[in-house]
Amino acid sequence: MPNYRIHKTEYIDETKRVSFKYDGKTYFGYEGDTLASALLANGIHLVGRSFKYHRPRGIVSCGTEEPNAICQIGSKKDLTEPNVRATELELYEGLEASSQNCWPNVKFDIGGINNFISPLIPAGFYYKTFMWPKSFWKKVYEPLIRLSAGLGKSPTEPDPDIYDHKHVHYDVLVIGGGISGIIAAKMAAKNNLKTLLVDDKKILGGSTIYQNNENIKIDDKLSSEWLKNEIHEIKKLSNLTIKTRTSIAAYHGYNFLLAKENLTDHLPEEKKKNKIRQRLWKIRAKKVVIATGSIERPLVFNNNDRPGILLSNSINKYLDYYGVTCGENIILFTNNDSAYETSISLHKKGIKNLIVDLRKSASSELIKQAESLGIKIYFNHVVTNTFGYRKINSLEIMKLSEDGNTTVGDKIKLSCDCLGMSGGWTPMVHMHTQSGGKLDFRDEDQVFLPKENSEDQISVGSCNGDFDLENIIDKTVNKINKFLDIDNQDYQDTNIICSKENDKRNIWLLPNKIPLGKTKCFIDFQNDSTAKDIKLALKEGFRSIEHVKRYTTTGMATDQGKLSNMHALGIIADTAGVKMGTLGTTTFRPPFTPLTFGTLVGRNVGKFFEVVRKTSMHEWHVKNNAEFENVGQWKRPWYYPKNGENMHDAVQRESKAARDSAGILDASTLGKIDIQGTDASEFLNRVYTNAWSKLAIGKCRYGLMLNEDGMVYDDGVTTRISENHYLMTTTTGGAANVLSKLEDYLQTEWPELDVYLTSVTDHYSTASICGPNSKKILNKLFPNLDLSDENFPHMSFKEAKLENINCRIMRISFTGELSYEINIESKYGHSLWKMCIEAGNEFNLTPYGTETMHLLRAEKGFIIVGQDTDGTMTPSDLQMDWIVSKKKYDFIGKRSLYRSDTIRKDRKQLVGLLTDDPKEILEEGAQIVSDVKSKPIDMLGHVTSSYFSPNLNKSIALAVVRSGKTMKGQKLIIPMENKNINVTVSDTIFLDKENKRLNA
Amino acid sequence: MFLINCPFCGERDQSEFSSGGEAHIVRPKQPTELSDDDWAEYLFMRKNIKGIQFERWNHVHGCRKWFNVVRDTSNDKILSVYKMGEKPPVNYK
Repeated sequence: MPNYRIHKTEYIDETKRVSFKYDGKTYFGYEGDTLASALLANGIHLVGRSFKYHRPRGIVSCGTEEPNAICQIGSKKDLTEPNVRATELELYEGLEASSQNCWPNVKFDIGGINNFISPLIPAGFYYKTFMWPKSFWKKVYEPLIRLSAGLGKSPTEPDPDIYDHKHVHYDVLVIGGGISGIIAAKMAAKNNLKTLLVDDKKILGGSTIYQNNENIKIDDKLSSEWLKNEIHEIKKLSNLTIKTRTSIAAYHGYNFLLAKENLTDHLPEEKKKNKIRQRLWKIRAKKVVIATGSIERPLVFNNNDRPGILLSNSINKYLDYYGVTCGENIILFTNNDSAYETSISLHKKGIKNLIVDLRKSASSELIKQAESLGIKIYFNHVVTNTFGYRKINSLEIMKLSEDGNTTVGDKIKLSCDCLGMSGGWTPMVHMHTQSGGKLDFRDEDQVFLPKENSEDQISVGSCNGDFDLENIIDKTVNKINKFLDIDNQDYQDTNIICSKENDKRNIWLLPNKIPLGKTKCFIDFQNDSTAKDIKLALKEGFRSIEHVKRYTTTGMATDQGKLSNMHALGIIADTAGVKMGTLGTTTFRPPFTPLTFGTLVGRNVGKFFEVVRKTSMHEWHVKNNAEFENVGQWKRPWYYPKNGENMHDAVQRESKAARDSAGILDASTLGKIDIQGTDASEFLNRVYTNAWSKLAIGKCRYGLMLNEDGMVYDDGVTTRISENHYLMTTTTGGAANVLSKLEDYLQTEWPELDVYLTSVTDHYSTASICGPNSKKILNKLFPNLDLSDENFPHMSFKEAKLENINCRIMRISFTGELSYEINIESKYGHSLWKMCIEAGNEFNLTPYGTETMHLLRAEKGFIIVGQDTDGTMTPSDLQMDWIVSKKKYDFIGKRSLYRSDTIRKDRKQLVGLLTDDPKEILEEGAQIVSDVKSKPIDMLGHVTSSYFSPNLNKSIALAVVRSGKTMKGQKLIIPMENKNINVTVSDTIFLDKENKRLNA
Repeated sequence: MFLINCPFCGERDQSEFSSGGEAHIVRPKQPTELSDDDWAEYLFMRKNIKGIQFERWNHVHGCRKWFNVVRDTSNDKILSVYKMGEKPPVNYK
């Protein structure tokens, strides 16, 4: 097996050998490696296939910007993870990784045929091709695209890992632990500011930490040695917290940032167990220092995507940090000085290399050093083509013309096994723009830079466009002193020596004799978009960068275009003949690097996903086999199946029992608002449509509450408990919103009213007993209470004691039966319920759930707000004009009841529907029409409630129908998928119109 | 995510609050006297300013008090908070 690890470094522990599997084969690396460095040490460059053309692709970078080396980790159904960048994944014993997007394997990939038919798959291919025939989309095109697309496989079972959230507050947050971040953190912490420094890598130091060029020195030491000492110093600072393996995912307004801390991803399987995998930090910082550095740019030339072609500085990091060389015969292709550092490093380790530089000449210290070491440099040359299928083996270079627009002279063919490219550096302005910051463009080296426009954050170091060390340190120190309003002198006498870059030349799309249409100049490696695609998009009329991006999918892969966006912009600007700075950029959105769902969700999984509210009777319902329905956060009994009954049978039985003898409902979830104060009556007058001033103490009244737009908002019964004391009930789902609305009016519109509101929903439990035998049951429970109609009539209220406990009893009815609601302090709710059940035993007292409640009220034509109304129904639409006071001067929504729209005669209005076939049950939501032949069919309304009534032995329904009020007796049609159902418009009250049962 | 300085509780996370739209729209004292158009003006018409906007906020998961906020909608900076019934600050017109 080849070994490309050629020297020892302090970051690789050669005493700790680590075995791992890649594509099923076992390899070895060392502790300190990433998966990428370990693969390269084993001579493996080829790690995947490209998304569209399935071209072989190799490792390109050493960090978050990696477009190609993305892997599937593990194979367990619950733990496997796709799209993990091998350049970021720390190696651990037992790691299993595999390449993605290739079948049957990475070396022989059937999809590779796409490479040969690529002239047929230009930009927008999918949009253009799969348009017709329309019917093919769902059955042919989509499944095929889904099969061949996609990167990796999602886990198919729930994630067993533990994730955590943490909220923290700091004076200063420093993002990035490179040289400028370390300086900033030290200055802040030494000036008594509580500081947090985060870095996504395992150790601090950024790219300076492995720097070893004698031309770059601080205080006479190698910059890496100087920085190690600084790191040692800052670790002693008590008010500085350092978090490594922690990356900022999102920068929100008000300096609220999310960071992901990796806790166990670098540990072997057995050490991960029972530990928190990742922690999401929710950080509020008074000030933020962005020191996120910059990433190297690729160069765009023909066949620039072969395995073995890497970013030049990544070759340097693999060599000097991991001790691994990416090849034995390396060519570096550059337009700037930084590749010379790589070249000199390689030369020192005895690796043969030469430089192709597209600049005409250059003259810095680094270049002089390279020349003196005898490194061959081709100035004013460009790479025009590369060769080698699974790995690069040679390339061609040509001389550039004077203006750089074309190539001249003869091709020179050079052999190599690795190509390093450097197209300059792109400052990582993501955090700055995420925070709302704008950008400036610097023409000199074609970079977007943060505009200083926010008082709460600042960018320092190379993310601010400062690339040489002297500039970085001086500017960082000055800016931080100003930003934090401090006067730190620590770096005043620091002596910095560094090479200064004097010459620049940038060409976004490098010239070639071959016509563009026949080249493969890749811009976005992961999504396979080329320079040709960008030009085609422009030719087809796309101008906005946001449109070109979407049409060509440039920058839309999992790397979010970290390597490709600048080149796309540059080529658009060149082609369209505009200045790049005027084009703007695409929007950088969070997250900076992908986050797992687990991290976002944290502990809120399973039973902690959402709050569940249970009544005090809940355990009884569970014991008695209730099926539950979610109403808001409440669990309400839906029905109580007996002896294997289905829902229909259970509901029929419950409904019949309630009308024949007695039924009992847990009504504890209804919203209850305690209203007190000398203006309580006036307040109710203003919020309900009907009059309240004359309600006697001890009486109850049904009220309808509107929005200011006149539409029904909520309903419920309110009881006058004493002169200045009412108890309001609301719908279960509306309780919180009604309270908020009432508070809003009290605080903002009517602050002069003396009214106090308290939510008492959870304070009382309610058992509602209805049916002809309910009075007898009540009598057993409250033998001292006079239940006669004279003493305790319908719509009235009594206080009574159950044993020694006070109860509030309302004689009110939502079923049309004689009915009592018993309210008791919640801690006694369960006992109350059991006593009711026991007392009702001899009367077949039947517990019923929400479904039976809905059926019984529909028989009586009582509405349910939210089911029969949808925010567009006025009281008149519901045929409830009787509840709207004509005398009251004002109430919420009154003025809206006679707007031109609300008085229209042809509004949708509530009606009853009876099916011609009494056994036919309508579907709720079904459309209603009068004529199925006319096209388009005129939709008149829809069914809102529908049941089979066991008490009437026929199907009944409520519906809203255009001009429904005038349509009684008219025939209508409900068109269903297979048939038309004939119905007749009826009254909304189906049972006991005379309300005789209330006093039965 | 805003940090809102509730005039009753101090600085709290935005997730504790709910927004109530434009501030200083007074409910007419005599709605029945208004024309359809005037009522519609009160009911539906709201400014949607890019720039300095006066808004109502409710500390719904806190003290449940309504109060007013002056916010620059172009950068989400909250410039001032003041209680219901207090006069709006004059320097933000």
